[in-house]
Amino acid sequence: MLRLTLRNLFARKLRLVMSALAIVLGVAFLAGVLIFSHGLSHTFDNIIKGSTPDALVRPVGTASFGQTAPSTLTIPPADVARLADLPEVARADGSVDGAGLFLLDRHGKLVGGQGAPTLAFNHSGSPNMLGENILDLRSGRWPQRPDEVLLDHRAAERGGYSVGDTVKVIAPSGDPVRTLHLVGTADFNGGGTAGAILVIFDTAGAQQMFLGGRDVFTTVNLTAADGVNQAQLVAAAKKVLPTGFTAVTGDKVVDESKDAVGQFLGVISTFLLVFAIIAVIVGGFIIVNTFSILVAQRTRELALIRALGASQRQVTGSVLLEALVTGLVATTLGVAVGWGLARALAALFRTFGLDIAGGALTLTPRTIVLSYVVGVLVTLVAAYLPARRAAKVPPVAAMRDDLVPKERSLRRRTLIGAGFLVLGAAIAVVGLFDPPGNDAAWIGVGAVLWILTVAAISAALGRPVLAFCRNVFQRLFGTPGRLAGENALRDPRRTGATASALMIGLALVSLIGVLAASLNSSLGDLVDKQFSADFVVQSAAFTPFPTEVGDQLQKVPGVAVVSRQQMANARLGGIDGDNTFIAANDEQLTRIYDLDVDAGRTSLRGDETFVTKDVADKHGWKVGSRFTLAFPGGATMRPTVVGIIEPNVVTGQINIPLDRLEAAGVQRQDSSLSIRLEPGADAATVHRALDKVVAPLPIVSVQDKQEFGDSIRGQVNQLLFMIYGLLALAIVIAVIGIVNTLGLSVLERTRELGLLRAIGLTRRQLRRMVTLESIAIAVLGAVLGLVIGVLFGVLLRQALADNLTSLGLPLGQLVAFLVVAVVVGVLAAIVPAIRAARLDVLRAIATE
Amino acid sequence: MTDADNGPAVAARAVDLRKTYGSGDSEVRALDGVTLDLYAGQFTAVMGPSGSGKSTLMHCLAALDAPTSGEAVVDGVTLGALKDTQLTTLRRERIGFVFQAFNLIPTLTARENILLPLSLAGRKPDQAWFDQVIDAVGLRDRLGHRPSELSGGQQQRVACARALVSQPRIVFADEPTGNLDSTSSSEILAFLRRSVDEFGQTVVMVTHDAVAASYCDRVVFLADGRVVDELEHPDRDQMLEHMAALQSAAMNLVD
Repeated sequence: MLRLTLRNLFARKLRLVMSALAIVLGVAFLAGVLIFSHGLSHTFDNIIKGSTPDALVRPVGTASFGQTAPSTLTIPPADVARLADLPEVARADGSVDGAGLFLLDRHGKLVGGQGAPTLAFNHSGSPNMLGENILDLRSGRWPQRPDEVLLDHRAAERGGYSVGDTVKVIAPSGDPVRTLHLVGTADFNGGGTAGAILVIFDTAGAQQMFLGGRDVFTTVNLTAADGVNQAQLVAAAKKVLPTGFTAVTGDKVVDESKDAVGQFLGVISTFLLVFAIIAVIVGGFIIVNTFSILVAQRTRELALIRALGASQRQVTGSVLLEALVTGLVATTLGVAVGWGLARALAALFRTFGLDIAGGALTLTPRTIVLSYVVGVLVTLVAAYLPARRAAKVPPVAAMRDDLVPKERSLRRRTLIGAGFLVLGAAIAVVGLFDPPGNDAAWIGVGAVLWILTVAAISAALGRPVLAFCRNVFQRLFGTPGRLAGENALRDPRRTGATASALMIGLALVSLIGVLAASLNSSLGDLVDKQFSADFVVQSAAFTPFPTEVGDQLQKVPGVAVVSRQQMANARLGGIDGDNTFIAANDEQLTRIYDLDVDAGRTSLRGDETFVTKDVADKHGWKVGSRFTLAFPGGATMRPTVVGIIEPNVVTGQINIPLDRLEAAGVQRQDSSLSIRLEPGADAATVHRALDKVVAPLPIVSVQDKQEFGDSIRGQVNQLLFMIYGLLALAIVIAVIGIVNTLGLSVLERTRELGLLRAIGLTRRQLRRMVTLESIAIAVLGAVLGLVIGVLFGVLLRQALADNLTSLGLPLGQLVAFLVVAVVVGVLAAIVPAIRAARLDVLRAIATE
Repeated sequence: MTDADNGPAVAARAVDLRKTYGSGDSEVRALDGVTLDLYAGQFTAVMGPSGSGKSTLMHCLAALDAPTSGEAVVDGVTLGALKDTQLTTLRRERIGFVFQAFNLIPTLTARENILLPLSLAGRKPDQAWFDQVIDAVGLRDRLGHRPSELSGGQQQRVACARALVSQPRIVFADEPTGNLDSTSSSEILAFLRRSVDEFGQTVVMVTHDAVAASYCDRVVFLADGRVVDELEHPDRDQMLEHMAALQSAAMNLVD
């Protein structure tokens, strides 16, 4: 039996390859994502470990990641010396870390765009926890004067700088654009920078750039003396620290950093994994279909084996064994392709500025095992039904001529399916009426149920669509069109199953399309309603920028009011509380924007705050409530709630006066400026003047209402097209399914095609016929997918109506999807059509 | 090329047709220099033992296969010079086919099958002629049925009607009764006979059934790729005699 199975496999190499291709692609995507994710986290782990000292002295309430603005708290050299004198401390190096510094390239454009951050600090020569240098010099020398600077070698490359050049940066405060001398390049000892831009000063240079030239430090790196562990080091350091500072072990810093990075990387990995899983599932659909066709074609052979004494079990086993070998081969190829795909992904991310060390893209045992389990399991599960059907072939079929087994009626299946559709719809509708749990999850379950059920009963559901296609084809293309339509209708199960693979992709694409359109339209409404400033100045990545920008803009003729806002971290309830973002606004903000006030007022005096309704409800705050905010360095404030407003795009959830933030020891920068013009000022003229001011500062842009809306829509669309790109793989796999089905159908109909050729079907007509059949399948998949996608997109939008206030239907896109489906059909038919046209007429009609 | 002066017109002609497969030791000569005129308005049978080349001859004359050398002419058109599309058009417009089995497209009704060559060419059927053919094959009440709902004999009659409906210059039938019982066979043969007698059709039938051949005006015998004999208006006994003689000649050759 084993030998027979293997013979079968080899006899059908091409079919094996075709059906395996679907799994190859699915597994390749999966393996690629796993390898890439591993490489990504490996890269970060190396950098984190390689840049962390034995212990770190820092302001209380700060963490190494996730801050928008640093504390203004500093530690004087005397304190550093005191630390260095401790017997447990081998050396103590004062560090100056700064934020808000940006590197410009030779042409004045921002290096690295909005991707990875810029890390600017002094070179103190302190070693990391492994006793190695934190930085490795690659070329040139270390900075020795305040106007000298060192970049990581990729940043220097990207900026077009070489050692000896002058380098332009945007400073966080004071005169925005500064010129420095590049004296060398260096990289993190751990290898690469993961895309981060390193700007290294000498201590005096960093102090000038970030601390106004005062001889103080922001943190201190501690290196333990021999035989002293991290905990002992921290304990010793804590005894001599000034107030507002604490010491933490290097291990803790590493954990904090890994957590913060892990969250970010987890999002990327999960996002990519979702699409990999979709691709694998679509691949599974194709395996089901291919094996079904193969079994149907082999009915006679299977019957012969049964007649010769094989048990049902043996027949099932034989088909499953074939699937196992297919799965193993496909997965092996898939893992290999996936390795290449991981490199491609890495290259793609490199263009976004996220550099991944090539050596980190390795196959881990986990990746290999996971790929094989998924690839082989999906193939086996998918082949199980066809294998069962194969076993049910009666031995007598070997002797009979009419060996096409009578398909069981579709009625029963369709009726059961209809029941499931009702159930799925009911579950989804429940999702609209605030059920327990997550509304969207209810609708998601309904959608999955629908997709599976529609796939199962696509044979019945597809009939009207296919009949419509047939009629259209007949009208447009005459008899070959009619024949193509009939062929698609001939085996509705096969057509339906093939179309289902495409349906999944298109359902997701159109669902996402509806949500994105709704998001765009909701945002549009929101901007229309709330954007009452004449201009807004923001950085695209919402990074803060120097306050001098606002000072300069204020001087532009025609500008009446510049309102400033700074976003900052604070901890709610005390220094150990939850990290939260708050907005600090000047008193102009409430004059420019018309906020929906539910209770109280929004003009603040001193320790007062207004909050949005959602946080107020969450914490049970009313007008008059008080709560505690703790800032990096330990400063706290206890603001009184004086107003509650509706959630909006202008303010933060918790809003305090700007001067209170500064008083709490947070370095002043601006996150956004809102500009109102003087009455009668010409908006276009002022816009040009404002643009001129910010031209040397590529981190910020001045936007009017239209531009602001466009930029938000641009971001939504960017994400949308990225998702479309990722879903394209599912569609490519579905195309393979169509190619497969058509190829097998052509093979099955050799004689019929020969007859048609004999009685006058030209090659061209034959090719057209195969192509039209392919289009019919693709259109069916598209129609089923679009219906499900739009339906559940609308339901989902309804469930998320709090945020997606208005429904958008991307009609143009939906039509485009249908067109894409037709193109997909044409592409899928190319090879089968050529093969059909090449059929030898004689062989086809020869009577044996 | 017609022969109006010297007897009946020629519907198709083979001139020194040769067809070989393979090369060297394994060379097989399916046709070894066949020269033959097939006359318009006649019912001609091509007979011969298995492997005599009769099917190959028909395929070459019906524009389904290309000879290795020699000329095949149908309705005055030399086939060798034509491209695939021209050959297809020629088959569609001037040649009718009836095969032994699998003659019909399963997805189309009997009527659609009959009209298929016309609809492929985008032509409208001549209604009077269509009616005449349908009545001749006696299928009027079955026109809406699909092939799977028809008996074997009925399917072959549909195939015959299809072969005639485009009013071809010549109809080629390849063992049209090979898969049928004797009653259905005689219905088919009688119909082909009638189409020659009443409609003036030209029919060429490949068969190895002497009974079938006895319906014909002329029987051409093939052996080893050559024309070895022919009979005009044969009766059954003459036919069997000839077949037996050919058979034993073949046996002797083998010995």
